[in-house]
Amino acid sequence: MEFDPVFIARLQFAFTVTFHIIFPTFTIGLSAYIATLLAMWLATGRDRYQRLARFWTRIFAVSFAMGVVSGIVLSYQFGTNWSQFSVYAGNVVGPLIGYEVLTAFFLEATFLGVMLFGWGRVPNWLQVFAAVMVAIGTAISTFWILAANSWMQTPTGHEIVDGAAVPLDWWAIIFNPSFPYRLAHMLNASYLTAGFVVLAVGARYLLADRHPDQARTMMRMALCLLAVLAPLQLLIGDQHGLNTLKQQPMKIAAIEAHWDTAGPGDFHVFAWPDEQAEMNRFAISIPQGASLILTHRLNGQFPGLKEVPPRDRPPVKTVFFAFRIMLAVGGFMIAAALVGAWLMWRGVLFETRWYLRIVAHSWWTGFVAVIAGWVVTESGRQPWIVYGLKRTAEAASPVAAATVATSLVLFVAVYGIVFATGIYYINRLIAKGPHGRAVEAAAGAPSRPLSSAHDAGREALAGGR
Amino acid sequence: MDLPLIWAAIIGLAVAMYVILDGFDLGIGILFPFTVKESERDQMVSSIAPFWDGNETWLVLGGGGLWVAFPQAYAVIMSALYVPVIVMLLALVFRGVAFEFRTVAATSKPYWNFAFLGGSAVAALCQGAILAGMIQGIRVENGAYAGGAFDWATPFAALCALGVLAGYALLGACWLVMKTDGAVAERARYQAKILLAAVLAFMAVVSLWTPLAFERIATRWFSTPNIYYLWPVPIATALTAFAAWRWLERGREVKPFLAAIVLFLLGYLGLVISVFPYLVPPSLTIWQTAAVPASQMFMLIGTLIMLPIILGYVVFVYWIFRGKVREGEHYHH
Repeated sequence: MEFDPVFIARLQFAFTVTFHIIFPTFTIGLSAYIATLLAMWLATGRDRYQRLARFWTRIFAVSFAMGVVSGIVLSYQFGTNWSQFSVYAGNVVGPLIGYEVLTAFFLEATFLGVMLFGWGRVPNWLQVFAAVMVAIGTAISTFWILAANSWMQTPTGHEIVDGAAVPLDWWAIIFNPSFPYRLAHMLNASYLTAGFVVLAVGARYLLADRHPDQARTMMRMALCLLAVLAPLQLLIGDQHGLNTLKQQPMKIAAIEAHWDTAGPGDFHVFAWPDEQAEMNRFAISIPQGASLILTHRLNGQFPGLKEVPPRDRPPVKTVFFAFRIMLAVGGFMIAAALVGAWLMWRGVLFETRWYLRIVAHSWWTGFVAVIAGWVVTESGRQPWIVYGLKRTAEAASPVAAATVATSLVLFVAVYGIVFATGIYYINRLIAKGPHGRAVEAAAGAPSRPLSSAHDAGREALAGGR
Repeated sequence: MDLPLIWAAIIGLAVAMYVILDGFDLGIGILFPFTVKESERDQMVSSIAPFWDGNETWLVLGGGGLWVAFPQAYAVIMSALYVPVIVMLLALVFRGVAFEFRTVAATSKPYWNFAFLGGSAVAALCQGAILAGMIQGIRVENGAYAGGAFDWATPFAALCALGVLAGYALLGACWLVMKTDGAVAERARYQAKILLAAVLAFMAVVSLWTPLAFERIATRWFSTPNIYYLWPVPIATALTAFAAWRWLERGREVKPFLAAIVLFLLGYLGLVISVFPYLVPPSLTIWQTAAVPASQMFMLIGTLIMLPIILGYVVFVYWIFRGKVREGEHYHH
């Protein structure tokens, strides 16, 4: 059977990047939360904050490790499977990744050692500082990778010389038209994702009547954040959408399954886009809804898919449905955040069990929304790997289909085993809960590892609770 | 200013840093089969637990840096050495997660110990194969890779793979001599001596094989006036190995590790001498595969500012975790 090596390479990259994005999305938000908890501990001296921080740090360690190893895979996959892209875009994108390594990866990886193992070895302020450095490192990383990815979406600041992009203006390259929106959207998404996990864990403990004080603290902190950030995400998303309409009209057309420019700009809550017939079947629509969102006018027009030949259009069904998944999950997250905040304001949050049950089972919402959103933006960029300049089909490495198929199978197998186990272990750590005596930090004392937390850990493991 | 030359030096430095720093991390995994008790394994892993992630980041700088500075070389090398690179990445996935998983696991801890050992060993073997692939040469047509998936797989590659395996085990053993005590340190001292002999043997075979098999390398080393400059390299290597042996015998704790590093650097130097200036031997030089000056310069400025800062805080963290991990101790978080 003849398999297209480009298609298999795309499958492999899609698979590995989707798995990867789960972990940084979580760790960017979680590292900020841990740093916040530790700062509050330093400021107030309250034991509870330290214990919560230590609890989440154990979970963070597992997630971060998976993010690191899956990330290294990606940094080499540009070369192994997308060598033509590497040559075409390398002069522009390469330095952005290089800066990510120099300013973010080293920072977070190095201070992680202190964050995980520094208790009892370093003074309090340094322990907190390390956690803050890790949180900053993850945010800086987001900056650079979104700059690189955004340049692929809205390339500016370059010229094409001898069939490759070369840089002209680094400010224009980094701060390209879509970058600010995509950076804000992704950073916010990370904090939302971690927030919902924390909220869910808090609710879970309350329902089981375990660790009630910690649970209440977690839910309060999470809701204060989510009540602001979840609605904000809708606003950022709207602005991002308007920017995308200007920069990548065909992506918007696919998102809305909008075929005719002159046709009505209905918002299709559901439809089945028929890409052969260039129309939608079984449409359930809000009349003029898309026009309103995108042009702020009831009869506003925006470009339809038929403006370009089929070979220049993104895969409509993929983008259309992924967007609706993101909207649905996002809508739920906003509702959950606002309802929770209102219940908290009324003072009945911790007794409202139906709400606790719902959010306890909603830890996954951020992850699904983020993955759906990335599918929209990356699939929506197709058939371009660099929008308008280089096609994905012309960007792959000269590696035989059989070889890529083999590596794909290996990735699926390895990632399946490793990451499923990781999530299982994280769940086990959550089930164990925050425990152990709080630790007195040594005042710059020498090399004594942490027997107290070690003992608590062993005892909890033996207790199996 | 010869930007490609400067960048070749920087990439060379990044790769050297990776080989040494992750070398001892991987070496510890390679030495796992020779442990007796779980507490020994915990002690060994604890000696590297605060450092491994930072150490592994030099691999990203080496590979990513190659992309930044020499995109065409990056594209060709990664396509040519696809199989060992992918297998290495998968091995590193197992090794990396094993650090955390073995701490959380209860009954499946033995599996994650095996993942740690297997991942470390396979990663080392693959890195040796990649090294061999670079030395052997890569078939290039029209600026792109033009060979098959297994062109790199030769007896020479097997030799290099085993050599790197032994080399990393040596680094790991010397690290343990320095950073642990008790049974683990004693065993490591004994292992280091054996590994020293093995590594020296591998270096000797590779040093003889490469000029015999590759005429360009023979010419590089044995033609005049080159040989007048290069003869100290093998002499220095032998002297360093001898010094390492003496120091191990005499119970020194830090000097063997330093000697092992010097040994690695000398081997590395030998390879660079053999291959320079071809980044993709035998056809593409550093100048031919370099990124445009605007890119190299933009990255250079940042690198010159950031590298000292990075080295600063890396040294700081090594200092925080100075001292030995004692028998029966291990770091938990």
